[in-house]
Amino acid sequence: MTKITSLADLRRIKSDVEVKMNLRERSESPESMVQIRVAMATCGIASGAKIVMDYLVNELDKRNIPAVVTQTGCMGYCYAEPTIEVTRPGQQPIVFGYVDSKKADQIIEKYIKNGELLEGIIPVNYENIEGK
Amino acid sequence: MKDLALHILDILQNSVTAGASLVQLSIEEKPSADKYIVRISDNGKGMSEEMLQQVTDPFFTTRNTRKVGLGLPLLKQNAERTGGSLQIISKQGKGTEVTATFIYSHIDRLPTGDIPGILALTASSYTEIEFIYKHQTPEGIFVFDTTEIKETLEGVPISNPQVIAFMKDFIRDNLAAIKAS
Repeated sequence: MTKITSLADLRRIKSDVEVKMNLRERSESPESMVQIRVAMATCGIASGAKIVMDYLVNELDKRNIPAVVTQTGCMGYCYAEPTIEVTRPGQQPIVFGYVDSKKADQIIEKYIKNGELLEGIIPVNYENIEGK
Repeated sequence: MKDLALHILDILQNSVTAGASLVQLSIEEKPSADKYIVRISDNGKGMSEEMLQQVTDPFFTTRNTRKVGLGLPLLKQNAERTGGSLQIISKQGKGTEVTATFIYSHIDRLPTGDIPGILALTASSYTEIEFIYKHQTPEGIFVFDTTEIKETLEGVPISNPQVIAFMKDFIRDNLAAIKAS
């Protein structure tokens, strides 16, 4: 018989995550997390933003990079969707356009891990998404 | 939009923007009545009568980042293409309910897509909002409620990647179980 995921599985995951969180709290502060916001308005969704968000959530976890990936509304760069805003700890946010899984991989390896800039950055003409 | 789940993801964003604290998604599969009904309701700020008249106009939007608002017009177009309809009920200060009815057997009815995925990603992004998802088929009903998930997590963030993966599997497995019953 096929096993069906249940809340008992969630309780096991919770215990596992709590152990990892305790280890992390001893070595890193919450401010050390990379913050990523994926623009998820009609333009972004139709261009593949959901695939990009799935990829980022999975890959950052696999590569043990502490990060929070969330959705946001339209940033106004519909021509360059999917767009994501990446904030490295202690740095100003940078918006990348035309992001697909390949580009997201480069952003993780080059910018998030090493701070190297790469093609596809949308010039900053706003302070943040809400303030635009 | 390639599938129904992407439309739902888009409309869920409207509820988030409207300041909702509770968003409910309901899907009713009624093959005997030849209907597939998707309903998204929220307790956000709602809309005025005037705005309600304009929301399915692709050149109307509440945003100032662009001149078009395509989410609801595209959903309406896709529902009507199957012979179905889009109905929107809204009251200022109370909330909004969007109901898209598709003809179940119509060849142009969009594929369902990754509904578990879009719900898990949305619930993990807007942790202060509660999401309830009810999916009813002739075989049974499945209900997913983020309140129950958060209570079980006892403070562990719902945005944790392992929790996101769990929510996807939980919804997918239970939906499959209902359909197989």
